[in-house]
Amino acid sequence: MSRRDDTLASVAADLQDERLRSTQDVGGLVKVGIERIRGGDLGVLPVLVGLVIIWTIFQSLNSSFLSSANLTNLLMEMSAVGVIALGIVCVLLVGEIDLSVGSVSGLSAAVLGATFVKNDWPIVHGIVAAVATGTAIGIIYAFVYNRFGVPSFVISLAGLLGFLGLQLNTLGKSGTINLPFDSAIVKFGQLWFVPDALSYVLALVAVGGFLATRVLRSRHRRASGLSGTSWQILGLQAAGLAALLIVALWYLNGGRGIGWMFVLFVGLVMAMHYALTRTRWGRSVFAVGGNEEAARRSGVNVTRVYLSVFVLCSTLAAVGGVLAAGRLAAAAQSSGTGDVNLNAIAAAVIGGTSLFGGRGSAFAALLGILVIQSISSGLTLINLDSQWRFMVTGAVLLAAVVLDSVSRRSRASHGRA
Amino acid sequence: MNVQMSNLEGAEHAGEADRVLALRGISKNFGAVAALADVDLDVHAGEVVAIVGDNGAGKSTLVKILSGVHTADAGTIEFRGEQATITNPQQALDLGIATVFQDLALCDNLDVVGNLFLNNELNPLRLDEVGMEVRSWELLGQLAAKIPSVRIPIASLSGGQRQTVAIARSLLLDPKLILLDEPTAALGVAQTAEVLNLVERLREHGLAVIMVSHNMEDVRAVADRIAVLRLGRNNGIFETDAVSTEAVVAAITGAADNAVSRRATHGTPTTTEDDA
Repeated sequence: MSRRDDTLASVAADLQDERLRSTQDVGGLVKVGIERIRGGDLGVLPVLVGLVIIWTIFQSLNSSFLSSANLTNLLMEMSAVGVIALGIVCVLLVGEIDLSVGSVSGLSAAVLGATFVKNDWPIVHGIVAAVATGTAIGIIYAFVYNRFGVPSFVISLAGLLGFLGLQLNTLGKSGTINLPFDSAIVKFGQLWFVPDALSYVLALVAVGGFLATRVLRSRHRRASGLSGTSWQILGLQAAGLAALLIVALWYLNGGRGIGWMFVLFVGLVMAMHYALTRTRWGRSVFAVGGNEEAARRSGVNVTRVYLSVFVLCSTLAAVGGVLAAGRLAAAAQSSGTGDVNLNAIAAAVIGGTSLFGGRGSAFAALLGILVIQSISSGLTLINLDSQWRFMVTGAVLLAAVVLDSVSRRSRASHGRA
Repeated sequence: MNVQMSNLEGAEHAGEADRVLALRGISKNFGAVAALADVDLDVHAGEVVAIVGDNGAGKSTLVKILSGVHTADAGTIEFRGEQATITNPQQALDLGIATVFQDLALCDNLDVVGNLFLNNELNPLRLDEVGMEVRSWELLGQLAAKIPSVRIPIASLSGGQRQTVAIARSLLLDPKLILLDEPTAALGVAQTAEVLNLVERLREHGLAVIMVSHNMEDVRAVADRIAVLRLGRNNGIFETDAVSTEAVVAAITGAADNAVSRRATHGTPTTTEDDA
């Protein structure tokens, strides 16, 4: 070992193997990137390509599709289901599924209506009660799953029916509870937008935070004798991100701008991304999804991982239900029914979360729901009804699942499972 | 260093001081089947003990009891001079018993660092990736292992490299005893040699090693002593240097006249008798 260090002291400890190819400059990164894609490690590429195709098609069919007004609306519209999809990402990562998120979100909306409007609770108490309902449901799911070993799709299928019934029961005879338009949750869902100046400040803070963490990490790695990302690449990445955000914001601010509800969604995505990639909990979620038995033998408390994941999913579904109720200004019998369930699951899968467990990221929810909402918004703009929306969304979902399976096979043959 | 043994009972010749593990009267029943009955075993620091036996002899059950997957029905486990109870995998790890399972129990979707530190990540709320990566290179360096990068998923490693990662992981918590369950079963010739080198390196580091194996050649190559299990019972403990392969095979099968020895003399298998 010491001999290796002496002769190769100038080379970072993680780059000494002669079989490694350089990723230290831009050219090397591009080359390795292309090979990864060939090997089936597609990352977010299919989603981005899909998004470009969808946007081009709808823009050519209706020129107002890419207008800032429509995009603003699209971002607001997708936030509620996006939050639900974020929870779905978590359960998919451990290789399980929750089919009842729609019903749970509907029930949560109903609980909000019943407490806040019918019983005159303060809005905060109403929201807490609604979200806590979701948490309780997650605990029940995890208990049934861990204690009796019932497959999660059956548990949540039972939940789908059961909680839909409870939702109808909670809403009472009238079937709809309107939320007052002057309440905070409705304003949050419909009216509150980030002031233009503040949106730019937020974007710059985000870029600054990104650059600072990357620079610090790179420096730390170098100090520990490992390779760090070169300043050139870091600078390019930060500049690219900054340009993207500023242009997007400038365009959207031409309309009504960015809604706070969308900011909340993005904030939740970032928090989830951190939890999944930078904490022991996140690592154990991926481990359980990859090889449950290996995780158990390493001492991971697998039961607790399942509990945390089911609770997170149902809780986020309830949060999504509250946001949807605010957006609609009502809790109705139709809340959370129809395509909410499948849109949330489809978003997670389209965004690149594997149905087989162990692969995916929080950003899948953001990108996936953007695709689905774009389709839905575009079809509405060209006056095609929900019959078409269902068919197109179904086709896109099938394409995403096929891509997942094919790239999984390709990864296996290229040794990248 | 290598502790020299001279008779069947381990406790007499090697001082009590460097005895890491002492099993006495370990029994385990699965329903009506006695998988292990009254098994004794001693392992010392800096010693490789091979456990051999036919299918169903109880080797895997013994490994699982030591690693906390199963709990013994009767008997005592003395670890480093103290009575120990092992009821789950975490307890075994906490004691200082690390197990490398036959299927390696690695997560294909995690990279080498992720697997090495699974559930032992540095800084749980803000993972210290740099610290973990540095330590990973150290561990692999100790084993003189050739892994191109610790940031590639396990799926892209060869069988021998995976075995290396699994062994490196067992070293992470600074164990006193390492259990290797069939470490060479799925490997080619060169990779087998590599893993046997690793086992010798573990012994040089003063660790106690228990190796379960079917392969008499591998066993003879690295083991200091060979403990034979037959139908869930002890059937002899041999010094590797002082025993012939035939004698060990006889202990495994329970008779000097057995299918293996008959094959050796006649060159053809006989199918009329079983080995009991």
